[in-house]
Amino acid sequence: MPPARGGGLLGPSAEALLIPLGALAGAMVLFGVFMALIGQNPLEVYRLIWRGAFASGFAWQNTLSRAAPLILTALCVALPAQAGLMVIASEGALVLGGLAAAILGHSMGGMNPLVVKLAMALGGMAIGGLWVALVGALRQYRGVNETISSLLFIYIAVALFNHMVEGPLRDPASLNKPSTHPIGEANMLGALPGFDVHWGLAFGIVFCVIVYVLVKHTTWGFALRVVGGNPRAAQLAGLPVSRLVVTACFLGGAASGLAGMVEVGAVHGTANASLIAGYGYTGILVAFIARQNPIAIIPVSVLLGGIAASGGMLQRRLDLPDATVLVLQGMAFLTILAAETLFGRLKAFRSNE
Amino acid sequence: MSSDVRNASRRTALKALGAAGLAGALGPAASLVSLAQAKKLVVGVIYVGPRDDYGYNQAQAQAAAALKKMPGISVVEQEKVPETQDVQKVMASMIEQDGAALLFPTSFGYFDPHMLKMAEKYPNVRFAHCGGLWTEGKHPKNTGSYFGYIDECQYINGIAAGSVSKSKKIGFIAAKPIPQVLRNINAFTLGAKSVDPKISCHLIFTGDWALPVKEAEATNSLVDQGVDVVTCHVDSPKVVVETAERRGIYVCGYHANQSALAPKGYLTGAEWNWLTPYTLLTKDAQEGKPFKNFIRGGLKEGYVKMSPYGKAVPEAARKKADATLAEMKKGTYTVFKGPLKDNTGKVVIPAGTAYLQTEPVLEQMNYLVEGVVGSV
Repeated sequence: MPPARGGGLLGPSAEALLIPLGALAGAMVLFGVFMALIGQNPLEVYRLIWRGAFASGFAWQNTLSRAAPLILTALCVALPAQAGLMVIASEGALVLGGLAAAILGHSMGGMNPLVVKLAMALGGMAIGGLWVALVGALRQYRGVNETISSLLFIYIAVALFNHMVEGPLRDPASLNKPSTHPIGEANMLGALPGFDVHWGLAFGIVFCVIVYVLVKHTTWGFALRVVGGNPRAAQLAGLPVSRLVVTACFLGGAASGLAGMVEVGAVHGTANASLIAGYGYTGILVAFIARQNPIAIIPVSVLLGGIAASGGMLQRRLDLPDATVLVLQGMAFLTILAAETLFGRLKAFRSNE
Repeated sequence: MSSDVRNASRRTALKALGAAGLAGALGPAASLVSLAQAKKLVVGVIYVGPRDDYGYNQAQAQAAAALKKMPGISVVEQEKVPETQDVQKVMASMIEQDGAALLFPTSFGYFDPHMLKMAEKYPNVRFAHCGGLWTEGKHPKNTGSYFGYIDECQYINGIAAGSVSKSKKIGFIAAKPIPQVLRNINAFTLGAKSVDPKISCHLIFTGDWALPVKEAEATNSLVDQGVDVVTCHVDSPKVVVETAERRGIYVCGYHANQSALAPKGYLTGAEWNWLTPYTLLTKDAQEGKPFKNFIRGGLKEGYVKMSPYGKAVPEAARKKADATLAEMKKGTYTVFKGPLKDNTGKVVIPAGTAYLQTEPVLEQMNYLVEGVVGSV
């Protein structure tokens, strides 16, 4: 029977899509009002945002390049979150993963590039993973609050990274920009075939899908979510809570470590302070907007990448300051988060059962 | 009922967005093309920080602002671009979307690999980088580097600082121990010691280019140690200058003119004058002349300049500083000459050797001269 008892025409999956999109539309309207208030033509602003982020192949490449590192660093937050942990250590795992990759890439120079790249990826993931696993272990075995410790771990990681790059591992030829020895052109990852976006995008999407399957469709994932729901109950049910938590942290850290490896392998060719670009922090934002859902991380990252890409257009064409896109970003996230309260309350989306 | 109202407003909102999207998609691509069609030379300038930072970026932005007034030039600018693949995309966007034919990526870290990669991809665009060590044969022909010998100004800063210091302790807040920075610290110290050889320069490294909190802490800590004049080499000297003013000590500026931030304590400052290389390179591009790949200059060539003296600088000090300044403008003055010892007692420049500013050895400086309290 069609809409009975006030049931809507649209199902719950439409709800999951339309509510955030509606919120985004609301943010755009708000941003338009803001632009009008400071004397800009909102339609021109919309047009430039569209052109800068999505209107052409070039714009898409710009957007996706910016999204790529965020996908991986967001996973570093979303994975431990399945087990109920609020871990924000992405940035630290990224820089240490990148450092490990740079060391391996340089010291294995001359070997088969494929082997080197694989070693760099595995090395970066292992180091990043161990770093965040340590945060999980501290919480499970020592009762240290994981949010605080993961934040402090970022400072330690960055200090360690800077010390190594500017001290023992510095390439003496890198005069005014201290860096490690370059990994060499042969060991670089390059771009996706026919598309000017590096391999990090593919790695990120594959990683998201694997994590999604792992979390939603395996017994391990089910156990993890039970821990996230109620750790006491999970313990009573005989689940290895600590092991689950530490493993989830390890996998999250591995994602960020891989992001660091991609930065070294596809962008910089060496490890230096440019790796500390805040991708880890933006990843936290992405994970929260995606409500810790591994698949939702992808579109949210693309959205953020698009906002960043169009920000350049607004600066160059309208002479607006860089902070303009931060206003748009802030509005978008506020409306998206505020719209969460609408879930289950709109008639149109109510199922009939 | 209320939920219907909500739905209705949502629909309206969606409609509004749809309309906006449509306008965007169908709207004329006019403004994109117009930039290129007007046969103007489009110049792109990229900054690593905000354009109004009272420092490194502002110095570049001042030159960009002056370029805008030149006939046949249109300037596109983008600020706060990190030294990651972002800057590659920004360069590509300026070229593909704005039609830029000459780019000024101004941050040191933009050079390798970002600018070199883009230069290979866009061989017809000129890339002029600030401070990079462009090498013939190693780097593409459409790339180049401009820079100034600002250590000359830091030497003059040092003379001013040495003249007013009562405690004979002056201070330097620096980002990183890299050659460009060490050269400034040494020049500042040598300038002060030319007034009084007993003066010592107390050095603090903050570790990065823009760490306002650490810069304030460092300034306060230097004042607490008895230092009564400071200068710095960080991206934005704003915090150092303001903190020094608040603590009642003297300060010498860097990058741009910060006298407005410290009306009482500002002695003078080492400023970039990027308009000189910007004009040179832009005119060449406009007239189709070959790209000058490596240009350098100091006070003589007008690449750097001094801020006007503040009230606190006594007449005698002005005379001494002006005399040195005049020699530097003639190009006959050497800042680094032997015998010169580093602060561990090792001779770094033997007696009888004097390095001209163009000397490449100076761009690899890795020591602190005698009189600097601190270590690399």
